[in-house]
Amino acid sequence: MKASVIVFPGSNCDRDVAVSLEAAMGRKPEMVWHGNSTVPASDLIVLPGGFSYGDYLRSGAMAAHSPIMWAVVEKARKGTPVLGICNGFQVLIEAGLLPGALMRNASLKFVCRDVLLRVERNDTAFVQRYEKNQVIRIPVAHHDGNYFADEATLDRLEGENRVAFRYCDKDGVPTANANPNGSQRNIAGIYNETGTVLGLMPHPERLADAALGGTDGAPMFSSLVEVLH
Amino acid sequence: MSAEAAAVTPELVAEHGLTGEEYERVLSILGREPTITELGIFSVMWSEHCSYKSSKVWLKTLPTTGPQVIQGPGENAGVVDLGDGHAALFKMESHNHPSFIEPYQGAATGVGGIMRDVFTMGARPVANLNALRFGAPDHPKTRHLVSGVVSGIGGYGNCVGVPTVGGEVNFDPGYNGNILVNAMCIGLADADKIFYSAARGVSLPVVYVGSKTGRDGIHGATMASAEFDDDSDEKRPTVQVGDPFTEKLLIEACLELMQEDAIIAIQDMGAAGLTSSSVEMADKGGVGFDLNLDHVPCREDAMTAYEMMLSESQERMLMVLKPGAEKKAEEIFTKWQLDFAVVGVTTDTGRLVVTHNGKVEADMPVKTLADSAPEYKRPWTLPEPPAVIAPQDVAAPNSLTETLETLMGSPHLCSRRWVWEQYDHMVMGDTVRRPGSDAAVVRIHGTNKGIAASCDVTPRYCAADPVEGGKQAVAETWRNLTATGADPLAITDCMNFGNPERPEIMGQFKGCIDGMRKACEALAYPVVSGNVSLYNETSGAAIPPTPAIGGIGLVPDIAHMADIALKSDGETLLLVGDEQGHLGQSLYMDVILGQREGAPPPVDLDAERRNGDFVRTLIRSDAVSAVHDLADGGLFVALAEMALAGGIGATLDAYDGPLPQHAVCFGEDQGRYLLATTNPDDVEAKAREAGVTCRRAGVTGGDAIAVAGEDPVPLTRLREVHEGWLPNYMS
Repeated sequence: MKASVIVFPGSNCDRDVAVSLEAAMGRKPEMVWHGNSTVPASDLIVLPGGFSYGDYLRSGAMAAHSPIMWAVVEKARKGTPVLGICNGFQVLIEAGLLPGALMRNASLKFVCRDVLLRVERNDTAFVQRYEKNQVIRIPVAHHDGNYFADEATLDRLEGENRVAFRYCDKDGVPTANANPNGSQRNIAGIYNETGTVLGLMPHPERLADAALGGTDGAPMFSSLVEVLH
Repeated sequence: MSAEAAAVTPELVAEHGLTGEEYERVLSILGREPTITELGIFSVMWSEHCSYKSSKVWLKTLPTTGPQVIQGPGENAGVVDLGDGHAALFKMESHNHPSFIEPYQGAATGVGGIMRDVFTMGARPVANLNALRFGAPDHPKTRHLVSGVVSGIGGYGNCVGVPTVGGEVNFDPGYNGNILVNAMCIGLADADKIFYSAARGVSLPVVYVGSKTGRDGIHGATMASAEFDDDSDEKRPTVQVGDPFTEKLLIEACLELMQEDAIIAIQDMGAAGLTSSSVEMADKGGVGFDLNLDHVPCREDAMTAYEMMLSESQERMLMVLKPGAEKKAEEIFTKWQLDFAVVGVTTDTGRLVVTHNGKVEADMPVKTLADSAPEYKRPWTLPEPPAVIAPQDVAAPNSLTETLETLMGSPHLCSRRWVWEQYDHMVMGDTVRRPGSDAAVVRIHGTNKGIAASCDVTPRYCAADPVEGGKQAVAETWRNLTATGADPLAITDCMNFGNPERPEIMGQFKGCIDGMRKACEALAYPVVSGNVSLYNETSGAAIPPTPAIGGIGLVPDIAHMADIALKSDGETLLLVGDEQGHLGQSLYMDVILGQREGAPPPVDLDAERRNGDFVRTLIRSDAVSAVHDLADGGLFVALAEMALAGGIGATLDAYDGPLPQHAVCFGEDQGRYLLATTNPDDVEAKAREAGVTCRRAGVTGGDAIAVAGEDPVPLTRLREVHEGWLPNYMS
């Protein structure tokens, strides 16, 4: 598998996700500067976490207009899998690849802690190594992760089975207490129509190494390698 | 103020914080009256903040060397050897005055400044810590200040992408008028690729990079060298504004340029901005600087030479490049969308010559400017330490478990989760011990080694007896590092005190330094960097003496570390260290009895080292499953913290020795650790061999904390009070 990680000015989880990718793939991903207008041939494109452009204007808004994003959107539309983590999810939404909005957390505070997620489906390239309804523990670290969409969009997402992960309690129940940011319907991540673009607020790359206290994020990377070779 | 128009009057000299005597010195150095720009430059260079004029005489007495030390105090940060070609660079610095006036920006720029100190030397920042002290919870400003400072630290560190992994937060009425915001940064570099600030060589380009210069922060260093009064809010315009996004770009650009063979010297523009960076670089290199301010990138129109030289605009660096390296450097900075300008040249004149609009605005001898700052040995008095209070003379509580509940739910000991969950403590993917441990540990990227770090000081001990308090602050960081399994390496100190012109404050300073020196020597744990913040007073009331210590250590193998969480039922709890039941100046006396009396607990440095070395050996050989050092609140509090961290209860053995129960439970004797193990016989045998006091203290298990003769307190209840106080207070 060949993967490309897009680096925007202010990206700060680019190295972290590259480490997880390399551990799963056995080779380093390509680090692609935002100012480029083409993405090298890749089986997977990753938009990493961070504060692209310092979150100025709106998180993800300026990065979505980087030269590289024209190429990313085109590849995504042609079916190349794209994974957007945290700020990457915000960029995917601002670029129009995923619906809705990520608003300021309901607490109005940055939140960094492990959360529990329910894996809503396990039939995409990102999640094959999980069980459906499996409860996994990975961290969030964001100020703007409060997923919002109008009721019709939310219903459509649910109807099309496009919710990827929900914040839940240890029994897999999406309770208000388990929701770290006020996201509607406890949504932590969503897919595009074809299940090839995934955006999520939690950081699977942060718990993909036992030394860091957990490995529940690792199956996402090994799933991708398994499916995309 | 207009530089051109203002004549140098005695009022203007006083406004610049120079005494009559100091001004006479200026006249004799220059042989003429200074220009207004020169007056400004002298004022900041000779401010307490930049010159250490009151503290230097005592700071010199601290040990600063050791086989592990690559660079001691005097550079932007201290450097210690981690082996295998790695070096850790670290420093702690105060941003107290600005944070009180504008908590968000004050704290944020404190974090930004300390990170620049580290990456200016070629290190990638890998961990931030902070030591925060606020006024009493019921003081009307406290909530606002906590909220602003915590969001400021998070706002900056999170955006830059450096994990904030640890620190401390305290509340005390002594900080009502002067909070303390001490920020520490640790960076990682190749030991053979450290960059220094000495600008050696003439006719070399002096280059300005980073953000543009504005009028913010002019005279910040002077503000940080004066007391507050009731009109301190008027000083808000002297607080700088931070831009963490630019800092992130600056880190990447500088580290990228450092991969090239291009830089001779580099220095961040911190306190006193362009002035102190150019004077320090020129002085250390033994050269002069000709600066042409026409080339300085400015954010505002019509800035004067005075303003440009004194601005403390953030995210700026000054470099001296190798000849011909300008083009490559400019390419890199342009790629990162940062300003790049050649603003001067090094000379052999030994003078700092500042030109603006074709006019010479300053022409001063560098060496004299840097070296001839006044140095004062101010009068000091150190009162006799208070008498030791016998444990029997301290009133016992009705219930030990109720007392535990009160302490665990008090502002002093409650969980700091509300704070650290607002900090990204995991970015960079190497945080192997998160906040809430004795010390945080970050892995050295790509290896199985770790850097452990901890910040500590107990100001109520320092107030009662500065010498013992100074010893204790150093020893506690050493103990916290040890409790994770690290070899403590060195410390940075951030000395926060009141007005040094008062002998009793100067006495506190000297006393703390004396204690610190003894501890550093006994523990082979030198000081490699630091910062002094004096004049932390408002309307004549000084803060408690607060020598905040940041210690770092090396974990040779992160597979053999300890944490505080109890792991399973039926393990034996062992208490390492001598028990005296010392309650003087304890949290028990403070919180439960409302008294701060007597001597603080003495630190026996021999026992400290013996006990610590013993515990570290146990951790390395996996003989213990959990380790916690005993600090505020003593044995019972340490046990409760271990139980909460692991979600496993424990029962304290009935104590049948000579001490009163409450002194056993809440005494704050130093140099002690609580261990959990499945193999107590073996540990006890090793303790006997090592000559270390070690007794059985209880067993793990259940879902409550129990002590003989009392109803157990359920962990759920304890967790509720422990986790509840801070969120409730802040909501």
